[in-house]
Amino acid sequence: MGMFEAILLTVITAATPLVLAAIGELVTERSGVLNLGVEGMIIMGAACAFIATQLTGSPYVGILAGIASGAIFSLLFGFLTLTLVANQVATGLALTILGLGVSSMIAEPYLGQSGIKLPQIVFPVLSDIPFLGAVLFKQDLIFYLSIALVAGVNWFLFKSRAGLKLRSVGDSHASAHALGINVIRTRYLAVMFGGACAGLAGAQLSLVYTPQWAENMSAGRGWIALALVVFASWRPWRIVAGGYLFGAVSISQLYAQASGVGIPSQFLSALPYLATIIVLILISHNRRTTLINTPASLGKSFVPDR
Amino acid sequence: MSAEGQPANSLLLAVGQLTKLFGTFAACNGINLDIKPGEIHALLGENGAGKSTLVKMLFGVLAPTSGQIVWQGQPVRISSPSAARKLGIGMVFQHFSLFEALTVAENIALSMDPGVSLARIAKEASDLSHAYGLPLDPHAHVADLSVGERQRIEIVRALLQNPKLIILDEPTSVLTPQEADRLFETLNKLKAEGRSVLYISHRLEEVQRICDRATVLRHGKVTGACDPRQETPSSLARMMVGGDVAHVSAEGTGTKGAIKLEARHLSASARTPFAVSLKNICLKVHAGEVLAIAGVAGNGQGELFDALSGEYPVASDDVILISDKPVGTRGINARRLMGAGFVPEERHGHAAVSALSLSDNLILARSQSDRRAFLGGGPLGLIRQDAVKMAAKRISAAMDVRKSGENPPAGSLSGGNLQKFIVGRELDRQPTVLIVNQPTWGVDAGAASRIRQALVDLAKSGSAVLVISQDLDEIFEVATEIAVISEGRLSDIYPASDLSREKIGLLMGGMYGKTETAETAHAH
Repeated sequence: MGMFEAILLTVITAATPLVLAAIGELVTERSGVLNLGVEGMIIMGAACAFIATQLTGSPYVGILAGIASGAIFSLLFGFLTLTLVANQVATGLALTILGLGVSSMIAEPYLGQSGIKLPQIVFPVLSDIPFLGAVLFKQDLIFYLSIALVAGVNWFLFKSRAGLKLRSVGDSHASAHALGINVIRTRYLAVMFGGACAGLAGAQLSLVYTPQWAENMSAGRGWIALALVVFASWRPWRIVAGGYLFGAVSISQLYAQASGVGIPSQFLSALPYLATIIVLILISHNRRTTLINTPASLGKSFVPDR
Repeated sequence: MSAEGQPANSLLLAVGQLTKLFGTFAACNGINLDIKPGEIHALLGENGAGKSTLVKMLFGVLAPTSGQIVWQGQPVRISSPSAARKLGIGMVFQHFSLFEALTVAENIALSMDPGVSLARIAKEASDLSHAYGLPLDPHAHVADLSVGERQRIEIVRALLQNPKLIILDEPTSVLTPQEADRLFETLNKLKAEGRSVLYISHRLEEVQRICDRATVLRHGKVTGACDPRQETPSSLARMMVGGDVAHVSAEGTGTKGAIKLEARHLSASARTPFAVSLKNICLKVHAGEVLAIAGVAGNGQGELFDALSGEYPVASDDVILISDKPVGTRGINARRLMGAGFVPEERHGHAAVSALSLSDNLILARSQSDRRAFLGGGPLGLIRQDAVKMAAKRISAAMDVRKSGENPPAGSLSGGNLQKFIVGRELDRQPTVLIVNQPTWGVDAGAASRIRQALVDLAKSGSAVLVISQDLDEIFEVATEIAVISEGRLSDIYPASDLSREKIGLLMGGMYGKTETAETAHAH
């Protein structure tokens, strides 16, 4: 395996959790709900996936546990903001803090244990394609899922009737309600989808990226995912572009630091953030497209007037 | 269960003692209403009379507190709009239930059978809209459409559902006489097919022309049920308002002064793909004049207002003059400082911030032009809350703004009362030039009359007034001069007395002889 292929593989591993968490949050925000608890849901997913894997010996059970824990944890956010109409920003921040604390507590006995890495799934013929074959077709299940999810979300939002309803709820919840769309139920489902995706992103961290448990191992990825959604102007494939760009620059700058380039390391560390922001701003410079894609009801609570 | 002993099958809808309480306030109080198959039934009443609350209950948006709804002889509970649609009730809302970020076809698809593909919906909507003379581009985004075009979507959306009863809330307020005629033909066609129409309006002429029966509401109660053809407009108005409505007339404005507002060959390119570009617009408004610009929605009215008000300044200074000073590149505050006042079309989010109080909305508009009165603390510009509140109170009193509380949020006022406040906010400064876009859109008869009278009075006191409106009744009430805008071009300016509705209708259809005479022949 060549050096370049090795870099590409690490880029994919670094980008996948960002793409997963961001695509989930994109669906949540398209329904008009701003869930700032992504970081908390990722770390809960990471902890639960690791624990379930250690208990059963199967990383696939771990994946399911990660997804389920993210979804259940997001349900708490849904109950507070959708049923009790609490402030979404404050509740999201609280969810992150709670997630970081609870995950440290429940996974404390597993600290320092070596985990089980999720096995690769090799596509027989395709993986023999020179260069790209090994990169794209010799990956773990979560990578394939991440790409399938983006394609699926893109189809769902822009081609299916249910996706149209979800976008309408995010654009004007009062009008959607007047048309007879169940705003609260739609938002619950969108929030849970976001939670499930964040949980899956967490599972990737503790089963693929570094197969072990460490406190705060999500390391701010939830916040990057949130920023990706905004800069991708709520369009699914732009999340892939932004996520992989971020992954690529962060891995390259590590190599650059290791090879001793004469640039201050602090600047190199900041580079992924700068590069992603600049590129995504360039993509989203068309104000009309941005306006039409921005969910107008984002962050606003809805109380039906019955 | 049959209503009041009548055979169950003779009524499409019977509403008995329907009441809706908000807290202790009865928005609808013991309403009785029945609709026969194949009739056009008018629901008359001022804003706040309970019309919207009543139809929202019929369409399942609101749940009644008490009373019953009998549909085709069966007592029903209409729990949601989709339940209402299933029964065969279609609705065109007054405050549009549209999604700005979605396309026309997507908006329509949201209330259709999920089995139908978007492409087919787009095709059907386009065909139907052209058949009924309400042309629509199914792929346009709603955000880029004018108020009138948005209403077309609502009408087409309701018609596509093939309803037994279609509820129309003020449908003609944004249509030309010819378009309204086509709509009336459509309604008569629906009636001939055995469908019923519940027609909400405060345009009494229309109601007399097309409606078979009328129910009048005031303060949440039924104050009359009649055959509108047996009544006169003033007797209907009395039932609605509980008193006489003042008649507005521009007569006596006569004396022309100096030119206060002028546009010289004003052109502006379209800012968005769906906007209209302005082409070589020339106009002059003298002191003492009310120039009304008529036109169908989406022909450049909004763009003209933006250019004249300075919301989007134009490239060169000397194409727009206020009191003989070139201002084309100047912004809105600079123009206000020169004595101009502006009232844009959209009340919520453009003319006023719904969540802010009336006094805050006042300071937003006039912080520069009335800096001395409203701001203190020198360069700090601290708001003198007392002075601003006093001014808001003065405006409310002058324009008879009815509100709950001393200084409520703008969003809590009814449309008519908020519009009175917004117009009053400008009039309070005695502007030398006032530019108003759609001054009484969706405003009840009493408030509209008050606003129109205020515009005429301002012109009489020596100011130049420019009114952009789609409402021909309004134009003939207030205007001394009339011009027509069509596809971004402005017609010549005619004295109001020289123009008839038919002539304006012809000008609206385009000034280049494209309009078929056959269509206008049956207009009146």
